[in-house]
Amino acid sequence: MNDSTNNVSATGRALGESTIQIRNMHKWYGEFHVLRDINLDVKSGERIVVCGPSGSGKSTMIRCINRLEEHQQGDIIVDNVELTNDLKNIEAVRREVGMVFQHFNLFPHLTVLENCTLAPIWVRKQPKAEAEAIAMKYLERVKIPDQALKYPGQLSGGQQQRVAIARSLCMSPKVMLFDEPTSALDPEMIKEVLDVMIELAEEGMTMICVTHEMGFAKTVADRVIFMDEGQIIEENEPDQFFNNPQSERTQLFLSQILAH
Amino acid sequence: MSTPALAHSPSQPSLISRLWYDKENRSIIVQILAAMALLWLFGSMVLNAIHNLEALGKGFSFNFLKQPASYDINQTLIEYSSRSTHFRAMLVGIINTLLVAVAGIFLATILGFILGVLRLSKNWLVNKLAYCYIEFVRNVPLLLHILLIHGVVVHSLPRPKQAINVGDAAFFTNRGVFMPSPEFLPLFKFVAAAFIIGVVFTWGFRRYAKALQERTGKQLPVFWVSLIAIIGLPVVVFLATGQPVNWDIPVLSGFNYKGGMVVRPEFLALWLALSLYTAAFIAEIVRAGILAVNHGQTEASMALGLPRNRTLNLVVIPQALRVIVPPLSSQYLNLTKNSSLAIAIGYMDVTATIGGISLNQTGREMECMLIVMAIYLSFSLLISAGMNYYNNRIALVER
Repeated sequence: MNDSTNNVSATGRALGESTIQIRNMHKWYGEFHVLRDINLDVKSGERIVVCGPSGSGKSTMIRCINRLEEHQQGDIIVDNVELTNDLKNIEAVRREVGMVFQHFNLFPHLTVLENCTLAPIWVRKQPKAEAEAIAMKYLERVKIPDQALKYPGQLSGGQQQRVAIARSLCMSPKVMLFDEPTSALDPEMIKEVLDVMIELAEEGMTMICVTHEMGFAKTVADRVIFMDEGQIIEENEPDQFFNNPQSERTQLFLSQILAH
Repeated sequence: MSTPALAHSPSQPSLISRLWYDKENRSIIVQILAAMALLWLFGSMVLNAIHNLEALGKGFSFNFLKQPASYDINQTLIEYSSRSTHFRAMLVGIINTLLVAVAGIFLATILGFILGVLRLSKNWLVNKLAYCYIEFVRNVPLLLHILLIHGVVVHSLPRPKQAINVGDAAFFTNRGVFMPSPEFLPLFKFVAAAFIIGVVFTWGFRRYAKALQERTGKQLPVFWVSLIAIIGLPVVVFLATGQPVNWDIPVLSGFNYKGGMVVRPEFLALWLALSLYTAAFIAEIVRAGILAVNHGQTEASMALGLPRNRTLNLVVIPQALRVIVPPLSSQYLNLTKNSSLAIAIGYMDVTATIGGISLNQTGREMECMLIVMAIYLSFSLLISAGMNYYNNRIALVER
């Protein structure tokens, strides 16, 4: 359990109701215990950064939130819907939870605009013109409206990731999950993607980001979560987390990651 | 091209070296030399053939095509008798080849896609059964399959007198499967009209549904409405007009059935063998195609809230088709060319007629083989052209 029972973020911003609740969640891959007793409560408007060494279960944890991975024990409740084997519930949760992947995963056979309108048309049942207008609005926000009629293969990595963010936003999600969104990008492109994410955070989007961008964590996060070997080791506001880490494991990780 | 700067340089290279070391000139020179060598090779082969044929006392002529063929063909879809010409025999053969190739491509595609999907099933038993089938079938030569199925059809099915009777309508015998043939009464034109109306309606309905979705976002049950319009409507009209079809039911007379229509055992064996064999290869192509679509695509689509069937239709299949289509067309070509194995069981295709009996009777091996090669070549080029057209339509845009 975390201690934020009042609706104020660790950094002092006003927050809404609890959007994601994870209680005593465990996950195994066969014999391998990937996630151990995860407890996490995310309030509407909260920005959370998850970090930790590779193989620590960060990605697996956020992939459990939209059921790209199944958990075997414990409860996950997203937007008042509990994730079980019920496909209707899973689809309902996925409609409200946007996800941005490390490798963008844009649909290569569709134009940028079609990538953005596919789900609104088929899931939200929006008229095409309306879906396109909304898509153009979000493409403008990620600063690539002029690429709308190109195919993903014709764009740079940074542009593709911004399209992927716009594609998720077109579903007007309540929560955005970012799974290492900048790890596959060249340094100069990382900034353009982070800028979009920072802007999104400033507009009050509820976000969970798995990332190694510690600068981003410092400027944006309300809370930083450190994971290792499938467990949440430490959870604190960024100031405390970076300047006064509690556990030895966290200190070691930070010394390694901040050394260069 | 040599630049002016080079021309003014003190040590002027010779003309030959300038031609040879220029990228563009060199490629032209090489192509001219290769073309000359090829022409010389072909020319000498053709001249050699003509000399040898003349030495044997045979000219090169296609006049034999106008002579009577004087042999019977067991499966003729157009009018043919032993008094017809060799040309007519060739046409019968072409049609028989086309029939078995088209029917084979049709069945092989359906079976192949089903097997390919079963091969990806998470159900252990289904997966392994599909695996065993595919591995057995594609690792045994096609000729053996043809002989095996022909043997099964001819030897395991009874003689006409003891035919396996299915509802007094279809009769399975070792001389083929005898089935009723339809004879359409005047009222049947309403059924045909209903079918055409159904197809036109479906076409219009699909357009309307697409436009409606674009305008309002509403989704109509296109599949079910199409099904009812194309199949349901003609069936209703058929029943309402009092089933305006007379069935010519085959009747046993003497040693064989008369009337109706017959699917001959040679056709059955060749068709099944070609389809089952090619289906195993198509199954592997389909499996590879679906696996080639990155799992991230499925995840991205599902993360957007698209249900599984929409994810398949809108994201996975359009991308898998790009991987499937090119090798699929070469399987279609293989099936068509493999149909020439028909000769092993006496199915009278183009190889058995003009390339077999006509050749032996007239002694025109050069001409007959050229004709057969030209026919298969045109089939293959037609299939290639069609598949290339389809492939270009779905090709991926990159850069």
